[in-house]
Amino acid sequence: MLNVAHYHVAYGQSEVLHGLDFTVAPGEIIAIMGRNGMGKTTLMKSLMGIVPTKDGAAAVDGVDVTTMKSYERVANGIAYVPQGRLIFPTMTVQENIETGLSLSGRRKVPGDIYELFPVLLDMKSRRGGNLSGGQQQQLAIARALATNPKVLLLDEPTEGIQPSIIREMARVLKRIRDERELSIVVSEQVLSFALDVADRVLVLENGRLVHDEPRESVDEEKVAAFLSV
Amino acid sequence: MFADYTWTELGSIFAMQGFAGLILFSVFVLMALGLAIIFGQMGVINMAHGEFMILGAYVTYLCSNFFEAYLPALFGIYFFFAMALAFLAAGTLGALVEWSLIRHLYKRPLDTLLATWGLSLILQQAYRSIFGAREVGVTLPNWLLGSVPLTDIIEIPINGIFVMVLTFVIAIAVYFILFRSRMGMQTRAVVQNRVMAGAVGINTEKVDRNTFALGCGIAGIAGSAFTMIGSTGPTAGQLYIVDTFLIVVFGGAASLVGTIASSFAISQAQSTMEFFLSGSMAKVLTLLTVVGILMLRPQGLFSLKIRR
Repeated sequence: MLNVAHYHVAYGQSEVLHGLDFTVAPGEIIAIMGRNGMGKTTLMKSLMGIVPTKDGAAAVDGVDVTTMKSYERVANGIAYVPQGRLIFPTMTVQENIETGLSLSGRRKVPGDIYELFPVLLDMKSRRGGNLSGGQQQQLAIARALATNPKVLLLDEPTEGIQPSIIREMARVLKRIRDERELSIVVSEQVLSFALDVADRVLVLENGRLVHDEPRESVDEEKVAAFLSV
Repeated sequence: MFADYTWTELGSIFAMQGFAGLILFSVFVLMALGLAIIFGQMGVINMAHGEFMILGAYVTYLCSNFFEAYLPALFGIYFFFAMALAFLAAGTLGALVEWSLIRHLYKRPLDTLLATWGLSLILQQAYRSIFGAREVGVTLPNWLLGSVPLTDIIEIPINGIFVMVLTFVIAIAVYFILFRSRMGMQTRAVVQNRVMAGAVGINTEKVDRNTFALGCGIAGIAGSAFTMIGSTGPTAGQLYIVDTFLIVVFGGAASLVGTIASSFAISQAQSTMEFFLSGSMAKVLTLLTVVGILMLRPQGLFSLKIRR
């Protein structure tokens, strides 16, 4: 569903990602692990068209999106839940989700989104900025799902969220995948969450993928060694 | 200063000056609404806003001449055509300016101030070259002339009532566009986080252009209304731009209610004080009060309370 080939990304002269190759199958969840500064967020941002690609290509469902603008990528099926959530703080919960409907032309929030996140239905008239961190994270995911994506990118979704809600989120992500046959890419530092949610674990180290293994055979200690400082 | 008047006279003076203030209030609101959209929502300091207003005024002037010469039968309603044309002309120019100038400067807000100031000088000279340096006035249709006598000493001009009704309608329309329509929602999303708005599928460049054009278009309508209470000259816009910025900042950027409330406060204060003091003294007092209040409340009169 998502094909990334020979992918180089640079900020000016300093190259951060040195040629990544990976694919995500339909309905597959992959976790991209790595310490701070290894390029996880840069990868997410460049897949979303926020940071330009220097070389290589990314394709969704066979369509090359490498040179597209963000909103065109959304139209081609990429959705993005950024690090720090970045919901629209002065807009209501409902309006936040409705921004995700901009391209599809639908006006009403589809019922299955509120079904996934009942807490958002209770709070739909509150301003997004007044929600708690965990609720904002759910809102950011709901907003991304409203665009009806084929590939969902989540950048460190567990950051600053309490453990019980992290477990709940893993359950919701798997449910989304099962219901919608979505491909999901999660960048993560928390190993337990990644092992809980992912079908495949990749490790990003200094801008290169150094490890790629299905969940069943993952050697926990080996991956943990990559994450330790 | 009140000693020379009797109580009934004072009452009438306050009523009539209050009404004159309401007309000023209407023009301020129309000007400030456009600016509140552009400055409050987009963060662009548009020094040429007054010139967009004057463009609307000149379009109205041309319309009035055209209808007088070629369509005298429809002269009574030319004003409505003039308003629509003023909106389109100012909006189109706005879209053009956004495309050629403003969009390159979103990350440099202070440079927009210089660029739009330059634009305002260019526009002023263009008006001077095309329409001449002398001020022009429009001919009002008969039904807008005259006044309604309320008591034997209080009289209310009809064109003033018309301008107020117009302002009310436009203010409601702007509210619906910004807070009830898809375009408004997208505008607010882009304002709050341009990058993220793009990442949820909003074409941010198109939204920017439409928003800027809408703000300028409303300035054009303000110019149309302006022709009824003042005469139009190349530099008439300059007189209003400072007051308008003051109103937007005083009301709290991004708050429509605040814009309207602060227009009301400032126009009423000026209009009433101008009768008893000199015009510049009235302005000094208004400015001092506004500066004082802004020192206590830097966010303006109205602002949203949320966690950021």
